[in-house]
Amino acid sequence: MRKVYSKIESISGNVITVSAEGIRYGELAEVSSRHGKSLAEVIRLRNNQVSLQVYAGSRGISTGDEVRFLGHPMRVSFSDNLLGRVFDGSGRPRDKGASLMENLIEIGGPSVNPARRIIPRKMVRTGIPMIDFFNSLVESQKLPIFSISGEPYNELLARIAMQAEVDIIILGGMGLKYDDYLFFRDTLEEGGAMSRAIFFVHTASDPIVECLLVPDVSLAVAERFALKGKRVLVLLTDMTNFSDALKEIAITMEQVPSNRGYPGDLYTQLASRYEKAVDFEGAGSITILGVTTMPGDDVTHPIPDNTGYITEGQYYLRNGRIEPFGSLSRLKQMVNKDTRPDHRALMDGMIKLYAAYKEAVEKKSMGFRMSDWDCKLLKYGDLFEREMMDLSVNKPLEQALDDGWKILAECFTKEETNMRSDLIRRYWPAREAAE
Amino acid sequence: MADAKGKVIGVNGNMVTVSFEGNVSMNEVAYVVTGDKRLKSEVIRIRGSNAELQVFEMTRGIGVADQVEFTGELLAVRLGPGLLRQIYDGLQNPLPELAEKCGFFLERGVYIHPLSRTRRWDFTPTAKAGDTVEAADQLGTVPEGIFKHRIMVPFNFTDSYRVKSVAPPGAYTIEETVAELEDSRGRVIPVTMSFEWPVKRPITAYARRLKPEKPMVTKVRIIDTFIPVALGGTYCIPGPFGAGKTVLQQVTSRNAEVDIVIIAACGERAGEVVDTLKEFPELIDPRTGKSLMERTVIICNTSSMPVAAREASVYTAVTIAEYYRQMGLNVLLLADSTSRWAQAMREMSGRLEEIPGEEAFPAYLESVIASFYERAGMVQLKDGGFGSVTIGGTVSPAGGNFEEPVTQATLKVVGAFHGLSRERSDARKYPAIHPLDSWSKYRGSANRMMTEYGRDILFRGNDVAQMMKVVGEEGTSTEDYILYMKSELLDSAYLQQDSFDPVDSSVSIERQRHVYRTIFDILSSKLDLPTKEEARQYFNSLRQNLLDANTAEWNSDEFRRLESEIRSQLQAKKIGVEQDAAEIVKHLTEQERPSHAQSV
Ligand SMILES: Nc1ncnc2c1ncn2[C@@H]1O[C@H](COP(=O)(O)OP(=O)(O)OP(=O)(O)O)[C@@H](O)[C@H]1O
Ligand SMILES: [Mg+2]
Repeated sequence: MRKVYSKIESISGNVITVSAEGIRYGELAEVSSRHGKSLAEVIRLRNNQVSLQVYAGSRGISTGDEVRFLGHPMRVSFSDNLLGRVFDGSGRPRDKGASLMENLIEIGGPSVNPARRIIPRKMVRTGIPMIDFFNSLVESQKLPIFSISGEPYNELLARIAMQAEVDIIILGGMGLKYDDYLFFRDTLEEGGAMSRAIFFVHTASDPIVECLLVPDVSLAVAERFALKGKRVLVLLTDMTNFSDALKEIAITMEQVPSNRGYPGDLYTQLASRYEKAVDFEGAGSITILGVTTMPGDDVTHPIPDNTGYITEGQYYLRNGRIEPFGSLSRLKQMVNKDTRPDHRALMDGMIKLYAAYKEAVEKKSMGFRMSDWDCKLLKYGDLFEREMMDLSVNKPLEQALDDGWKILAECFTKEETNMRSDLIRRYWPAREAAE
Repeated sequence: MADAKGKVIGVNGNMVTVSFEGNVSMNEVAYVVTGDKRLKSEVIRIRGSNAELQVFEMTRGIGVADQVEFTGELLAVRLGPGLLRQIYDGLQNPLPELAEKCGFFLERGVYIHPLSRTRRWDFTPTAKAGDTVEAADQLGTVPEGIFKHRIMVPFNFTDSYRVKSVAPPGAYTIEETVAELEDSRGRVIPVTMSFEWPVKRPITAYARRLKPEKPMVTKVRIIDTFIPVALGGTYCIPGPFGAGKTVLQQVTSRNAEVDIVIIAACGERAGEVVDTLKEFPELIDPRTGKSLMERTVIICNTSSMPVAAREASVYTAVTIAEYYRQMGLNVLLLADSTSRWAQAMREMSGRLEEIPGEEAFPAYLESVIASFYERAGMVQLKDGGFGSVTIGGTVSPAGGNFEEPVTQATLKVVGAFHGLSRERSDARKYPAIHPLDSWSKYRGSANRMMTEYGRDILFRGNDVAQMMKVVGEEGTSTEDYILYMKSELLDSAYLQQDSFDPVDSSVSIERQRHVYRTIFDILSSKLDLPTKEEARQYFNSLRQNLLDANTAEWNSDEFRRLESEIRSQLQAKKIGVEQDAAEIVKHLTEQERPSHAQSV
């Protein structure tokens, strides 16, 4: 028998406190107010004082409202019936479909035993040279896009989702603009991928705390599919909203902030989500692509900073392009050794030259005379940006590698490229007969 | 002892408040009983009849009035043969065995004995009845892989003992008695091959501590030549995310010239441990011809594993390191990342509502970091032999800014600082150790004067580079430009090293000396290069050959060919030697003077 309590003793921020007995940490309750029902989770026990964070927010909750404890932590239904459906942050349907109650699973489960993990080795091909060539994405990788609002990060996510060979796409939206939600839906529908997609969407107009559930719900479902042998791609956008919700709760709970108001456990909180990315031996995998919008375009802000320390690299999306500097896929060496012998060396060599190009541009902007070498670099930089960085470019890796050599040959002598001699012998494009 | 009983009265994150009866001691282990699970915890504060526990597991489901059992024992690790090759979590649970029992996921409340209780070890006694012994004295040995594992008098035996009996040679499990010792009051105590030691207490059963003086070879050129580490020393690697801390530690864990490596993966990515875990058994240690795993212990408490156990994990690691040091071995402990450990402390301190210091870290942060690194050291053992624990920790400063509490506290106590820079890693200049900012208090294997000469070129070349940014290339003299080119050459052909190239990733000291001598000759030569354009081309082609030589097998035909080419390139333009360099060469010892030096 579950007891109902109708005396809320305090309401502060989105946290309410009631006196109750026999309650367990992490348990769920349902708060009924004039404005409807909301889920709430136990976040502190002190004798019989139970503090709960209210997912729909505490606005309008009165001290006389009912709190009914459910006797279990947050759960979500798991079955193939999820496919093609759209839910909100707590798993209630957002589309016209029926609500799902069968086969409930707990969210936020234990982490994978490191001894049971395997070395990732399958490249996810995207057709984007800045990814496939320079920072290969790997199945089971966790990787955010670092960006600022206004950049086409959701477009990029959708494009990768459509192009990647995965079995299931799960979209976890946090503070998603309604337009963006529609964009995802339409893109997947047009591409015929909606039937293998599941949306858990918290929009910008929903109470902010509710987005806290989105990553856990999305990842719990992803994990079950992966255990059944599916390759799952989870898109989490935008994790900055998630982190801000954490901060709000922490402040309400009077935790000492560590850095710009964010709680000291931000790292741990983010890590326990991102670390769900995994390749199960003998079963499927979870790949996580996130979005982290950087407040004030500042990568040292606690959210991108902590994220960078957790994820396996990041793509910087700036001015509609994936920046070669700062962008990094840490798993790339797991796969780029088996693509083509020139892949790694060409990747490093071209980036070094692009760095030199940037210096030349700086020199030029300061009005210095351009040496021959500088002029070569300027030409190179232009070609590089056009053939490799432009997001409209869509070509397979092998083609991108060939084009890389062509660019080098067009701009430099062999020695100037600093490439190893054996690779030059093998890949340096033969001069056109006409030249 | 373990007479205390308690009940949960509060839960806040991974901290549980317990009201208890009886006696409870600080840092003792307790179990919170919830449902059918017993969750391991540690007492971290006692106030009246209430104790605060940090729970080493997820606390979900714990309720007020749940029972708590106190053990009376401090958090300890089990020491004995069989530690090598293991993969433990922060509390010394063997992860592969946990996986066998529980499958893909880490189930909470499941604890497995850290060492096999059934495996038999071939014991050879070395002590005999009648001997007088004390803590850490050797009673016998067992072969553990490539090592002779010493069976010692347990370190917590504080008395002086007479050996009453020692087991004859034979195969024993770690739980069978191998000796009987009689203490000064005539009590006879049976001794097995294994015992426990509390993780937070340093093992001090040695004769004396020595200054760390012998270099620890890492096979990373920039480290060994310019900012060396000493056996028994300490060093830290701070750097922003993605700068290469973990890769640097991974190559060190493979190539360092030490006997045993303890890897403490502390609050970082699980995937990185997997690399080590899957690759080490396949990699052959050139020093022993056996798999690298034979000399490795992995303590792994990755970021999604419970935070409290993260705090314990570095202590578990250092205790195991000290244990092997007692056998006269050189042990290297690599901790990645000490910041996560500090954050775990911060989380608990916050829950305890202690007065926060800078960035909410507890006020005792500095002293805790200092006493951790203090556990490194070169010691002379009681039998006259030597053993060492070297500690290298990465630091992950918030925002990549070294002016933060953990980096600053660490810099105060370590002997070498290998700071990674964002600019260098962005420019793919790996390892991204900043050559000018980093420092070491230890003496390396390279000739000091020669390395100082190289450093000086780096400094001056850097000045020229800064100037050039203002006045442009045309405003720079050819002489300065050549200096700049020399510093760039030293940087790209020597300081940078490809950690993923089979040859370049690991460079012996012999080869480092040799190659550095070649580079030194280039750096110290006056060159006949009248224009900047000529200089640029000349150095480009030199660099090309040096890079090619770096990936050629040591002393292979290809290596020799490239080297003689480099030498003739140098001869072609050399018109003299800088005066100060000539002085240095005059004072080189025989060993530092490679055979080809005369021909130049
Ligand atoms: N020596 C190296 N040679 C080549 N590439 C390197 C080297 N060091 C680092 N890298 C590249 O940089 C990436 C990040 O390195 P690493 O994981 O060591 O960073 P980190 O400093 O440990 O970051 P974090 O603090 O986030 O853990 C690697 O995956 C690799 O691609
Ligand atoms: Mg790392």
